[in-house]
Amino acid sequence: MVSEFEYLISKDTDGYRRRLVILFAVAAVFFLMLLMRLFYLQIIQGHEYARLSENNCIRLQSIPPHRGLIYDRHGALLVDNRPAYDLLIVPGDVGNMEEVLGRLAVLSDIPVSEFQERLERERGPGYRAVLLRQDLDRDAVGLISARRYDLPGVRIEARPRRQYMYPGLAAHLIGYLGEVSPAELQRPENKDLRGGDFIGKTGVERVYDAVLRGERGGRQVEVNVRGQVIRILHTVPAKPGGSLYLALDRDLQSHTESLMEGRVGAVVALDPTNGQVLAMVSSPSFDQNLFARGIRTDEWRSLAQNPHRPMENKAIQGLYPPASTYKMISAIAALEEGVVDSETRFFCSGSLRFGDRNFRCWRRTGHGNLNLREALERSCDVYFYHVAQRLGVDRLAWYARAAGFGRRTGVDLDHEEAGLVPTAGWKRRRTGVSWQAGETLSVIIGQGYNLATCMQAAVMTAALGNGGILFRPQVALEIRKTGGEVMRPFTPEVTGRLPVSPENLELVRLSMRDVVHAAQGTARGIRTSEFDMGGKTGTAQVLSRRTDEEESSSRPGFEPHAWFVAFAPYDDPRIAVAVIVEHGEGGARVAAPIAAEVMRSYLVGSGEK
Amino acid sequence: MFDRRLITHFDWGLLVLTLILAAMGLGILYSAVNAGGNTSQEGLLLRQLLWFAIGGGLMSLSMLVNYKRFDQWGLVIYAGCILLLIAVMVFGRYGGGARRWLLLGPISIQPSELMKIAICIVLARYFAKNFMGEGLGFKELIQPFVLILIPFLLIVQQPDLGTALLLFVIGGSLTLFVGLKRSTFWGLLAAAMAAVPMVWFFLKDYQKNRILTFLDPGRDPLGTGYHIIQSKIAIGSGQLFGKGFLGGTQNALDFLPEQHTDFILSVLAEEWGFVGCSVLLVLYLLFLAWSLSVAYRCRDSFGTFLVVGITAMNFWHIFINMGMVMGLLPVVGVPLPMVSYGGSSVVTTLLGVGILLNISMRRFLSD
Repeated sequence: MVSEFEYLISKDTDGYRRRLVILFAVAAVFFLMLLMRLFYLQIIQGHEYARLSENNCIRLQSIPPHRGLIYDRHGALLVDNRPAYDLLIVPGDVGNMEEVLGRLAVLSDIPVSEFQERLERERGPGYRAVLLRQDLDRDAVGLISARRYDLPGVRIEARPRRQYMYPGLAAHLIGYLGEVSPAELQRPENKDLRGGDFIGKTGVERVYDAVLRGERGGRQVEVNVRGQVIRILHTVPAKPGGSLYLALDRDLQSHTESLMEGRVGAVVALDPTNGQVLAMVSSPSFDQNLFARGIRTDEWRSLAQNPHRPMENKAIQGLYPPASTYKMISAIAALEEGVVDSETRFFCSGSLRFGDRNFRCWRRTGHGNLNLREALERSCDVYFYHVAQRLGVDRLAWYARAAGFGRRTGVDLDHEEAGLVPTAGWKRRRTGVSWQAGETLSVIIGQGYNLATCMQAAVMTAALGNGGILFRPQVALEIRKTGGEVMRPFTPEVTGRLPVSPENLELVRLSMRDVVHAAQGTARGIRTSEFDMGGKTGTAQVLSRRTDEEESSSRPGFEPHAWFVAFAPYDDPRIAVAVIVEHGEGGARVAAPIAAEVMRSYLVGSGEK
Repeated sequence: MFDRRLITHFDWGLLVLTLILAAMGLGILYSAVNAGGNTSQEGLLLRQLLWFAIGGGLMSLSMLVNYKRFDQWGLVIYAGCILLLIAVMVFGRYGGGARRWLLLGPISIQPSELMKIAICIVLARYFAKNFMGEGLGFKELIQPFVLILIPFLLIVQQPDLGTALLLFVIGGSLTLFVGLKRSTFWGLLAAAMAAVPMVWFFLKDYQKNRILTFLDPGRDPLGTGYHIIQSKIAIGSGQLFGKGFLGGTQNALDFLPEQHTDFILSVLAEEWGFVGCSVLLVLYLLFLAWSLSVAYRCRDSFGTFLVVGITAMNFWHIFINMGMVMGLLPVVGVPLPMVSYGGSSVVTTLLGVGILLNISMRRFLSD
């Protein structure tokens, strides 16, 4: 053991011992400096510091930042801030708490119990201000300010509050603010926030919160025994947040909302040249101002229990079978894979026997002998049943995915649904049962397992309109600084291309034109002389349409959903629209007129303004 | 194989000093967490006690093995700490904008604290093996430099510049003790002065702000500037005898998120005044002197260097922490040994004491 460590034995013990002494001397000198500093602070300056420490004279008051405003694409103000007054109390300054709270209750006409509850819940260290009441009404502000000498420790603080200029307008897209939650406070990006601060909870208020929020400022102040400011020592001004300009057109949005009044469903209108979201409606809507001022339990309950789910953004969260609007994808897949060409004809007798089942066409008397263009124009199901047998589900799925189905569109909003494009492999993984050939017949007409959002339908329609480019839909146009300088300009983002040759795309587009403008088109009722358009109706079965089942659609609550997708003007589209009306029954009768009016109002201007 | 001399030579004085400091630390912490009748942080005291128990256990364990084994295990210990730092980078927990902690079940540890001990061991090993008496030249400093640079970079990216720089300060102190050639010393000094502008370039904005705020506290009156002012008010208002145990009022303002960690000295200063602070300073100085006396009596260079490294670590912790709380030094987030709340700091300090006791009681074995 001894020899093992022999190499460690020092040869210069004396030299090290001298250095150890020096080392200690150095440490002692450093400590002496600390001692002198203590002497200076505690003995020489002690009196002054003792005075400042009484009643904790030096305090910080926060200056809330001005949250960025939200405008539409033309600069119309959609979301503003208004001054609001909060009632705060600093328990350490109050003295007789019961007496002060009693006086406050009388002056503000708010029961003492509410104050006590708040105080109990929020109470921290004695000199931290507790928020007693948000958004005090003006009479109370006046009365309390006038009596402030009887109310030690009480403070009224002006703080901007969010105001949504058109209650309910684009409520899902704009979103609302709420008090920051403990979980949100934990996140690194929120380290400047404190309990009681407001933060975007949904919509662009949430997605662009970091931009809109701005930066908190503050004031270092000296207060007297009553907690009143006698001197401002330092001020750091708050930095206002940037303004958000939406791609939204306010007039189009509000007109579209009025068209959806009384209906349940969604509308999305895109600019097909760049993916800008011109309008996005989810009906029914809600009033965001309820959240801005702090929603009451009964108000929340009535929203949460509404069977039509007003809080859900149906445009990106509502999942529906795309129904016949899917037939454009089916047609492209069939043409590109060469299973049919423009001349291929099938006979529709009103139904098709496949296996031991009878697959019906929506038109029970049948369409007779038709080609692909006529099949799209008249939305013949039997034609596509024939196509399905030749194409198979997996090849169809590949084209559907390429057209943006089964994945999120990437719109700059939270909680978007991806929908579902079924394949044989998916079904085996999911259910353990292998794919049945008959199921392809349902899928090819957009029924079966297919699920899509209104936004996906709009993105596909825009691509059909613009020559095949899929854009990421964007609700935000620009972010500007307070001075108007653009911080982030709009840049379109291409997410894919329809896998289709120009000739085949042209055939599908002509068919969509026929849907509206040809004699037997399913949406010929919305034809207008003002502009040409291409469209497609859809009627989504809520219960699957089986062989011999009687029309299930007659039962209330099970009526089919009505779809319509369209772009216009036909030659050079400037708007693409998708409309879904839950239980609207007929795509042509209910959804198509809404889409037509949305496009008319955007392209021609609505007459009623 | 057990030698009775291990017991007869046990350094009771160092242990008793450590216990006194620990008791004082717990007393101050008790006051800090019970500020203003606010009992929500009561659990911190129990956790700290638990940490002292864990640290005490590790301290005892570290005494069982002959410290000369650490020389052989040095690189393994070092590599283990590096792995922990990498783990922090990958799995670490975020807190206050940085990733410094590793969650191990119910507890979280800060591997950068343990790294300080590991650095002391590998450097002592390197210097003991390679040099005896002669001054160190540039070439001999390359390996120690790299040994410090690796953990330095891992800690800087957390980001925790204060702790990272401390590695260099501790390593530098030990290097100076071992001795430099005159030319090397001046060369290094010139290099360090040239490096300052470079380092400035790589600092994060908040780190630059901290330094600028230190030079001019008015720059950030809502953040660091406010902390320093409140800390100075707390210390100054303690005057000669303080406001008495639990009598602090600044403390009750909750002005600092770190009042029970890095800024805990202000609690002692407010409640026990100049007298209390002087007692703590004297106890610390005694603790350091006793530590150095272990090196004084140690016969081998590895033990001597190890003691000097650990003592340098404790000294800089004490000096930098007190200096920053009194407004003499920038706010860099260095704990006050045995007093600040924080498991990793307590464990590191006690492990260090364990190694000192180990060296002290084996001082006759290598004859």
